[in-house]
Amino acid sequence: MNTIQVKIEGRLYDVDASLSILEAARSVGYSIPSLCYWNGGHNSLASCRVCLVEVASAQGSRLVASCVYPVAWVGADKGFEIKISSPKAIEARRTSVELLLSNHSKDCQTCVKNGNCELLNVAKITGAKDNRFPGEKSKATYDDCAPGIVRDTSKCILCGRCVERCKEAQGIGILGFEARGFETFVGPAANRSFATSPCIQCGQCVNVCPTGALSEKREIDLVDEAFRQGKYVIVQTAPAVRAALAEEFGNKIGTVNATGRMVAALHRLGFYRVFDTNFGADLTIMEEATELLHRMKGEGVLPQITSCSPGWINFAEYFYPEILPHVSTCKSPHEMEGAIIKSYFAKTHNIDPKDIFVVSVMPCTAKKGEAKRPQNAANGGLPDVDAVLTTRELALMIKRSGILFNELPEEEFDQDLLGEYSGAGVIFGVTGGVMEAALRTAYHALTGKEYGPIDFKEVRGLESIKEASLDIDGTIVKVAVASGMKDAKKLLDEVKAGTSPYAFIEIMGCPGGCINGGGQPFVKPTLQPEEGANVLKEYRQKRANILYTIDEKMTLRQSHNNKDIIALYENFLGSPCSELAEELLHTSYVSNREKFPNLK
Amino acid sequence: MEPINSIPCLEKAMCKCSEELNAKVKGLNGKRAIVVCGGTGCLANHSEDLEAELKRLVKEYGLEDKVTVNHVGCFGLCSQGPFIKIFPEETLYRAVQVKDAETIVKEDLVGHRIVEDLLYVDPITKMRIAKQEDIPFYKKQVRVALHGCSLINPSLVEEYLGCGGFKGLKRALTELTPQQVIDEVTNSGLRGRGGGGFLTGRKWQFAANVEADQKYIVCNGDEGDPGAFMDCSILEGTPFSVIEGMMIAGYAFGASEGYFYVRAEYPTAVKRLTEAIKDLEEAGILGDHVLGTDFSFRVHLRLGAGAFVCGEETALLNSIEGKRGMPRPRPPFPAVKGLWGKPTCVNNVETLATVPYILREGWEKFASMGTEKSKGTKVFALGGKINNVGLVEVPMGTTLRTLIYDIGGGIPGGKAFKAIQTGGPSGGCLTAADLDTPIDYDALVAKGSMMGSGGAIVMDEDNCMVNVAHFYMNFICDESCGKCTVCRIGTKRLYEMLTDVVEGRGTEQTLEDMKAIASVLKDGALCALGQTAANPILSTMANFPEEYLAHVKDKKCPAHACKKLVSFTIDPEKCKKCSLCARNCPVSAIHGVPGKEPYVIDQSKCIKCGACLSGCRFDAIHKE
Repeated sequence: MNTIQVKIEGRLYDVDASLSILEAARSVGYSIPSLCYWNGGHNSLASCRVCLVEVASAQGSRLVASCVYPVAWVGADKGFEIKISSPKAIEARRTSVELLLSNHSKDCQTCVKNGNCELLNVAKITGAKDNRFPGEKSKATYDDCAPGIVRDTSKCILCGRCVERCKEAQGIGILGFEARGFETFVGPAANRSFATSPCIQCGQCVNVCPTGALSEKREIDLVDEAFRQGKYVIVQTAPAVRAALAEEFGNKIGTVNATGRMVAALHRLGFYRVFDTNFGADLTIMEEATELLHRMKGEGVLPQITSCSPGWINFAEYFYPEILPHVSTCKSPHEMEGAIIKSYFAKTHNIDPKDIFVVSVMPCTAKKGEAKRPQNAANGGLPDVDAVLTTRELALMIKRSGILFNELPEEEFDQDLLGEYSGAGVIFGVTGGVMEAALRTAYHALTGKEYGPIDFKEVRGLESIKEASLDIDGTIVKVAVASGMKDAKKLLDEVKAGTSPYAFIEIMGCPGGCINGGGQPFVKPTLQPEEGANVLKEYRQKRANILYTIDEKMTLRQSHNNKDIIALYENFLGSPCSELAEELLHTSYVSNREKFPNLK
Repeated sequence: MEPINSIPCLEKAMCKCSEELNAKVKGLNGKRAIVVCGGTGCLANHSEDLEAELKRLVKEYGLEDKVTVNHVGCFGLCSQGPFIKIFPEETLYRAVQVKDAETIVKEDLVGHRIVEDLLYVDPITKMRIAKQEDIPFYKKQVRVALHGCSLINPSLVEEYLGCGGFKGLKRALTELTPQQVIDEVTNSGLRGRGGGGFLTGRKWQFAANVEADQKYIVCNGDEGDPGAFMDCSILEGTPFSVIEGMMIAGYAFGASEGYFYVRAEYPTAVKRLTEAIKDLEEAGILGDHVLGTDFSFRVHLRLGAGAFVCGEETALLNSIEGKRGMPRPRPPFPAVKGLWGKPTCVNNVETLATVPYILREGWEKFASMGTEKSKGTKVFALGGKINNVGLVEVPMGTTLRTLIYDIGGGIPGGKAFKAIQTGGPSGGCLTAADLDTPIDYDALVAKGSMMGSGGAIVMDEDNCMVNVAHFYMNFICDESCGKCTVCRIGTKRLYEMLTDVVEGRGTEQTLEDMKAIASVLKDGALCALGQTAANPILSTMANFPEEYLAHVKDKKCPAHACKKLVSFTIDPEKCKKCSLCARNCPVSAIHGVPGKEPYVIDQSKCIKCGACLSGCRFDAIHKE
């Protein structure tokens, strides 16, 4: 590391010369207010002007955007001094915020980001005065047509984080700046709705949005209505939810496995049954591993690509319809579980499936749209899942009911036909998890014995692309794992070109997998100073570790050893990929490419 | 023409072309030559039809062997166009209409008699002047960047070669190392003509110092200041010189690719530039192994869609890359990380057009003109309340007084000079007290304005300076790219506040709030557009504080220009009850009885159009 000496407020510090002023100041104990700065400044457009600091030298002083200005340019050796708290700098930052507020809807009390708003935070920190610059407001767009994401430009501060995030994570760039001057806005091309744009609904933009301009489309009202109608409201929770839910209740990231308290909370919210989507995950593995073996025997094309991530499915339907035959026909775990609840469970308990309302708590915004797909309505056209709540929405429901989450006892999921789950299901929540779970079962299917070390560590880690070559009793299986569409494209292009060397590919829409889904608790460095300066680099691993720890502590580690799964096949489905299993647990895809002929 | 693929070929062609051009101008070829102005201003006044008509008549009168007709670049005195000039006598005719063509052919070409009616008339002496060089407008001008403009046919590389074209490039390639070329330009003191005024040689040096597999030279032809047409005229009148300048720059700092970024609203410039590039490629001057040397250079043309902000160099680079034209944070500067991440120099059209002169004539000659820190000449587009609206090029150091009175011919109608706005929307206003300020980058900044790209708009006593600031702020507000907060919202708020002031709703607090935003805008905006956006306000506030106070305290506009603050009244004593005003009023706001009762204006209906005032023959209507 090259260091440079800088003078900040009259004091000399040695800092990393490769940093921006903002980061260098952070390393010596200053937190400069900022909005558009994100992800180590990598995505920063320097557009918000909230991080302005004064740089003074013998030639005079000027204001610079500290988030992008290289500290190497203002070394003390060249006579520069950085002033963060000079009247000029403070006044400038305050004015920037006041100007932003002057064109903001300011309905903070009822805003979905109440409590998570970075604009409100900088307004407080900079001491912005209300209504200092009253005036006209830009024309606003409110778009809640898409299933998962709502866009409200009256709250947008044009920081551009979402624009960069969509490009960085997904390589799509669905969002961009449009119009100009005061009427500039951020949105899909020609200000179309997300619903009529090739948006995959992953929600990564929602996660980085500093204000309420982008949010998940809430479905709490649907759940309330189901309770009001006296339905059997059954809830299931995805693996990644337990890795992050506790963060919503003031716990530091990666410190609390929330499973037991989450179940206790769901019981206290009055759900008829509280199930774990891990059961569905185990079921998915049974089906998907079988499907893979079929394909490896020549029934269908290879590589097989996983289908658990609805963001990825949306992406494939928009951008890679040619490779849809490679995508596993398996429904995602919560859809499978929903279908089983409305068939096997309903039948066993003699409940009319029409009276069942299945709620999925997911780390994901795209799941909301997935649940509405006509292909995911196996039982006489009844949707397999009736409502999808994000982790954030569940937290809100818990808070709304006055439940003191941190004081709850640990409780178990309901043991009622769908109660048991394996460690293999838990790790679905992190990139590589589905692959590892499938390999555990595929190994067993191919060899008739368990894989000794259990873990396939080759496919772990948060790198965007991982590949491994596994020798399963003489059969070499080449696999690859990708998360985030931008990097997945490399694998997909190979598949499209027919040059893919792999038998099985796992793809997750969000970088890092579901633990980093668009419905997870917000990670906002400026609002969570206790998480430290590197939180954006660390939070995914911290959440992933929770899931791996749960897996390790489980005695049941393989999906095919789940006794409830075995019973389900024995008593109801027959065998994996049986006719009934195909009907209930498999789905189909459509090309959406035609809608957007000019997509690249 | 024959391919020019080696230095000897070029020398031969230069020699031949020079002789031919000289023969054309001096009539040594036994022919007279008519040149018609092909600048945008004259084209708009049908000079193209005029050229065609002259050609037709020359044929009709059987003069084809004795007379040539072609077009040239801008003559500069645009308010008097279209111009034609006849060589070798060098008779200059102005305001020539298509219908005048026959008179000129009959009288001058056939009869050898000057058509007196079409000559320039000195507004003071009322004398008719036949020769361009005798017209006061031209007397204090020096054409460096405009060298050859209004003399040579911009579409003929031969004529460019004839007037010294490519001599500079030849010298660079044959006599100088790239570093020596940079030194030559640095020594000349040439500063960027686009507004920033950065030393061109130093900019090249930065790019030269960076190791890279590819570098670019970009010509910024996205001239967008209201009323500015310097770059337009250069590109139209002498496109080859800009290309030559670009090639010299490319040689100097190691760029093998050049991009022109020209606004699409300049169709003539784009057309001539496109032709010029094609001609040079065909001649072998552009392409691999320029003139047989190791230097290769290619030129590309990109059209801007009309966003003012794309004149900002980093926004321009984004636009060339196919992205939205929004400025990038700096550092890194383009010279280090520019187009597609490669070292790039962005130079203005006029800067590049000046470079061949420096290489051709030597830096000493260029540096001999101008002031200590501002060398050479500067092209201005003179506009507003001035007699000689047009394009001028003067040595640096010329005073504003000379520019406005000697060259510009003063203010029309004998009105009093009030201010000159330089630097376009980013610049500021200078007052009568500043008239003896020399044209010099630093002197103008010291007075609160800037050189800018060369727009110069003159205002007289009828202009309200608050209204002027309001106009510019409206422009900037529309043209902000919308990226950074203080510009996107700040300019809008400033515009709203100024609207309050010009409409009588402003208070002294409004002025304070304006200053607060203006100061953050100046220091805190992302790019030069935002940083200078408040200049029209700040400079008018500094120079004309009493006008602002009159608007907010007395709710009066001293210049009677702000409609909402003006009222028209009829003096009953002077009113002859003729009813003309009532009949002229478009909104029936004036009532009276013809011949019996004096007329009265209903203030609630009046739209302040002034039709009554201009119509009244008895001076009975007052505006206050």
